[in-house]
Amino acid sequence: MMTERESAERSAADIRLEPLGDSAAVVRFGETIDPLVHRRVIGLAERLAHSPVPGMTDVVPAFASLTVHYDPIALHARHGTAVREAGGSFGYVSRCLAELIQAGGHAAVAQARIVDIPVCYGAELGPDLGEVAAHSALTEEEVIAIHAAGDYTVYMIGFAPGFPYLGGLSPRIATPRQATPRLAIPAGSVAIGGGQTGVYPLATPGGWRIIGRTPIRLFRPEEPIPSFLRAGDRVRFRPITRKEYDRYEEGAT
Amino acid sequence: MIMSMSIEVIRPGLLTTVQDLGRPGLQRFGVTPGGAMDTLAMRMANVLAGNNEREAVLEATMAGPSLAFERDTLLAIAGGDLSPAIDGEPAPMNRPLYVPAGRTLAFGRPRRGCRAYVAVSGGFDVPEAMGSRSTYLRGGLGGYEGRALQAGDRLAIRAPDDLGSRMAAHMSRELSASERPFLAATWSAVGLHPWERLVRAAGAEPIAAGRPGQGRSALAGASGSSHAATAIIRVLPATHEALFADESLNAIYGEAFAVAPQSDRMGYRLTGTPLRLRQPAELLSEAVAFGTVQVPPDGQPIVLMADRQTTGGYPRIAQVASVDLPLLAQLKPGDRVVFEAITASEAERLLLARERELARLRAGIRLKFR
Repeated sequence: MMTERESAERSAADIRLEPLGDSAAVVRFGETIDPLVHRRVIGLAERLAHSPVPGMTDVVPAFASLTVHYDPIALHARHGTAVREAGGSFGYVSRCLAELIQAGGHAAVAQARIVDIPVCYGAELGPDLGEVAAHSALTEEEVIAIHAAGDYTVYMIGFAPGFPYLGGLSPRIATPRQATPRLAIPAGSVAIGGGQTGVYPLATPGGWRIIGRTPIRLFRPEEPIPSFLRAGDRVRFRPITRKEYDRYEEGAT
Repeated sequence: MIMSMSIEVIRPGLLTTVQDLGRPGLQRFGVTPGGAMDTLAMRMANVLAGNNEREAVLEATMAGPSLAFERDTLLAIAGGDLSPAIDGEPAPMNRPLYVPAGRTLAFGRPRRGCRAYVAVSGGFDVPEAMGSRSTYLRGGLGGYEGRALQAGDRLAIRAPDDLGSRMAAHMSRELSASERPFLAATWSAVGLHPWERLVRAAGAEPIAAGRPGQGRSALAGASGSSHAATAIIRVLPATHEALFADESLNAIYGEAFAVAPQSDRMGYRLTGTPLRLRQPAELLSEAVAFGTVQVPPDGQPIVLMADRQTTGGYPRIAQVASVDLPLLAQLKPGDRVVFEAITASEAERLLLARERELARLRAGIRLKFR
């Protein structure tokens, strides 16, 4: 049985730190989409939220890496001697990150939030549902049932404000992107692109297949946390009727 | 209540937006930091107008706006030289200007660079969105109603702090003693922009390499009739450099790339020798930064700029050194880029040296208007 310390050291040993230019450091936990790797990413993101490393301006968790953006000018102004001793800003930030990773080890990640997203599937809100069904050799009802039965993980928020990169789409309903992208996919659209599914927070051009729409606003610029979803969340899609969708739209959210 | 407006937009120019230093801290939610493209010019303009360097300014692009002043205004213009003039009389850049009510600031043809920053003492008064006054055009957020300025817009100005008030009072006295349409300080701040790295170059011949240790190139002596300029932009190697074919690495560090017309605040699309991977690679999306040089499958690199996405999945070949982002932001379509690799410690040293120069400017102005 490994001691807690040994386990922390082992977990730190396979982590790589590398610079992203002169103002960011990438912590690399692996190279694959893997729920266990991602939990370590989220674990470090949570620790950084509570104890940020000096000079940190942003922290961006991704599939298998976490990036800390920092301000080298502020670092030199406030921690000049230590930064110079570490060979520069990246050396100093790396050292701080390594200490945080060592100290944290396998510290428990907070229980993931489970977020319910109501979706009105098909018809004019999901114009490509038929194509996805045809491609998958399923009925529209079966596609809806499979999509809504999935247990999805938000691996990363990126591409657009509040846009979730979701893992967990059933391969049975994976459908290639359209050859010619639409000029505007309406905000709230729930779509499938290859083996991924996602929800569009803003009207955006795109080639994903639109299977439904949610009345939930994913991007909320007026709120302190402007994204409805966060990396690490678990997402469940819940089918709703058009009537229920319209009620949400009228302000029931 | 009638708000006190101080500037009327007579003509909006090609793309004039309110910008500050952006909204960092929200990238994990997919929100781009945005902000001024050329933060050095934006900060300089503020310092010269007696402001805190974070105040909101106007970013004018290529063809600048016409702005009518409804009250006496202390301002400064820095960055690209878009031929500013006040009531037809050329207005010098990089120094405090005191403009009486009733005058109009307009711009002419771009002479050097493409983005000019206009700071007014006190800063432009627009509501903050997500902690910043910067305009985020794609999201329709921040700045003046989330959009570029239009004719007829009226801009309010915040109250200046002590330094700005002292500067304005001082210049107001000098102006009333003279007959001129506006007053420009007799001194200016020069030398902070690395304009010497932006040269007018003729022809399309390849420019000698900029890999470390090989020295600079033919550029230094280049001159010509072409209106386009070439900039030497210093970069650091990026994480996927080793995935690229040798010919592609030779190309990125040996040849010039042109700035394509589709370039904007989000990214600069470059055209040149297509850059290829040694073999196809499956990469996971992760964070990108201001200045990330990524290469989509067509082999034509894109440099991510102020309004970039927060994450990306294309292979990255290089990362622009922070010290050269302001110069890059001044390049316009048709201009060319030559990349030169430097080390991380060199990049940091150059950035700190630049910051010390800005600090000296700040201290000098405080001393002058004690």
